[in-house]
Amino acid sequence: MKNRETMHEPLIRISKKDSMQWYKSWAVRTAAIALALILCAFVIILLTGYSPIEVYKAVFAGSFGSERKVWLTFQKVAMLLCISLAVTPAFKMRFWNIGAEGQVLAGALATSACMIYLGSKLPPAALIPIMAAASIAAGLIWCFIPAFFKANFKTNETLFTLMMNYVAVQAVAYCIILWENPKGSNSVGIINPSSHFGWLPSLFNQKYLLNILIVFSVTVAMYIYLKYSKHGYEISVVGESENTAKYIGINVKKVILRTAALSGAICGLAGFLLVSGTDHTISTTTAGGQGFTAIIVSWLAKFNPIVMMLTSFLLIFLERGAGEIATVFRLNQSISEILSGIILFFIIGSEFFINYTVSFRKKNHKEGKK
Amino acid sequence: MITLIASFVKQAIIQGIPLLYGSTGEIITEKSGNLNLGIPGVMYIGGISGVIGAYFYESYGDTSNGFLCVLVPFLSSVLGSLIMSLIYSFLTITLRANQNVTGLALTTFGVGVGNFFGGSLSSIFGEGGQIALNTTGNYFKQTLPFADNLGLIGDTFFSFGFLAYLSFAISLFASYVLGRTRIGLNLKAVGENPATADAAGINVTLYKYLATCIGGGIAGLGGLYFIMDYIGGAWTNNGFGDRGWLAIALVIFAIWKPKYSIFGSILFGGLYIVYLYIPGLMRNTQEIFKVFPYMVTILVLILTSIRKKREHQPPASLGLPYFREER
Repeated sequence: MKNRETMHEPLIRISKKDSMQWYKSWAVRTAAIALALILCAFVIILLTGYSPIEVYKAVFAGSFGSERKVWLTFQKVAMLLCISLAVTPAFKMRFWNIGAEGQVLAGALATSACMIYLGSKLPPAALIPIMAAASIAAGLIWCFIPAFFKANFKTNETLFTLMMNYVAVQAVAYCIILWENPKGSNSVGIINPSSHFGWLPSLFNQKYLLNILIVFSVTVAMYIYLKYSKHGYEISVVGESENTAKYIGINVKKVILRTAALSGAICGLAGFLLVSGTDHTISTTTAGGQGFTAIIVSWLAKFNPIVMMLTSFLLIFLERGAGEIATVFRLNQSISEILSGIILFFIIGSEFFINYTVSFRKKNHKEGKK
Repeated sequence: MITLIASFVKQAIIQGIPLLYGSTGEIITEKSGNLNLGIPGVMYIGGISGVIGAYFYESYGDTSNGFLCVLVPFLSSVLGSLIMSLIYSFLTITLRANQNVTGLALTTFGVGVGNFFGGSLSSIFGEGGQIALNTTGNYFKQTLPFADNLGLIGDTFFSFGFLAYLSFAISLFASYVLGRTRIGLNLKAVGENPATADAAGINVTLYKYLATCIGGGIAGLGGLYFIMDYIGGAWTNNGFGDRGWLAIALVIFAIWKPKYSIFGSILFGGLYIVYLYIPGLMRNTQEIFKVFPYMVTILVLILTSIRKKREHQPPASLGLPYFREER
């Protein structure tokens, strides 16, 4: 044990901040993104030798270069947003659902199955609701299984949901070979290409408008649900402290199961929108890693659905921009992952400066003073 | 029949080695309470750093010197994985960022770096075209000299490159350190309850940093083995596949004990390729077989949590950041 005489104040001291005004915290985040972009510019110059201004012009063109690109950008934002909304209630409850990828695939699989087996047998008015219901149910079940074990036996949900992803991937791989068209191609191809059975209709000749509107309404609903409903309150109490929740009479088990089911259901909906409203086909990459990106989106937005519109837009903007750089400057497409990685590291790191203060030892402070 | 079984065992071991590296590294990391979901990315980086090292050594160095031909990629692989682990450690330990989010970002980044340099290394620094580091690959594949004289046994158990034996050695050593030394005890204390460990005078930050970085360095070797020994020195984009996640699955299967992960890795390796050895499988049934390692992992996860045997549980503070002033 150290003697009191020799105790000294450490050089750097870290303490928790109460809370920061919202504009200050956003200033910190913006600064982090700016720093990240500067670093990215260096990386790009180092790898290619092009002027970063040219490169950032290309980034902008990647998302807004043409009308088609703008629609595609918003479509992608909508899909990422939808999955992010799905994982949000679970995260708020500290249920680490990193199985969104698998839940989206489960939903997508249910939609495709309906399109293939029921497509020609039912009128669209009946078919599409059935498809939506089936995929929501599929996603729900996929998330409910880990939640059931979490609630009853405290099984680690992070690892369980992660494993469920690959079960879903293999289930899709199995079905692809079952449904492949043409035989031997190892892909399903466009489902019902001429009859368009089970395709979501396009509004005002815009293929993606309906998707975007659906996701927008889910966003608003989720905001209200989390902020103003009793369920939302219960979720945040369970997330903050399970013991407090038990003490004030919340049925923790029920809340976990209900919230996980909701999370899975929205993932299933995303799967439905991806197959019926976007791709009209299914592959093992239908979810395309967005189940993982969604976690980052949701966390960056501090689980606020409205802010999530912004963060999901940011990530898609970067991804599409980097894709454009890759095409224009004949680089490997993977540059987009590198750049988003760098930007994410900076944003993740910046949270520290929002939540904690770093204070240095005062200069004229004598060491060993009582 | 015997030859078929022998070849199956051999292939299972080969498939298991990257998983063994990954899981040994991740076990050490998780014992300190850090759930590093960036391991798949770290393994990609381990592979590509080795490729970069070998590429420059083959271009400018003396390729007849087998020792250096192996040493340079080996060291650059370890260095690459260390940098990745340092990023993760700095963000999660010093800056107390969320481990899941950081880990996933690390995986995105690592896979991106791997595929980027794998695809365009030669077009940036050389004359372009596919990288083929056969010379280095051959050095890595160098087997034990007496393997050829031992017939079937020699072929099944002694025909691997040195990285294979190193993986077993590291795993056994890790098992020894975790189970039999003071350092291992301290590390486990940090992972179980960092506040108590801190109060007992253990430097929690140091242990977390070291465990994460050493773990990452070991995991990266799995990527190196895959690229240099298994593939033989060529990069294919996403060729490493989902092995990184499988390595994390193996950690659970081995209930956080490196010595179990040796058998686990061979079992997982076997499950990974068993569909190739069962005659008359349809292509779609093959896909069903590939799900076995994950199913087995889920089963282990459920059973251990139901039985609640204390020594079979994940480290109690797994995934949680530690801040001394927080209660």
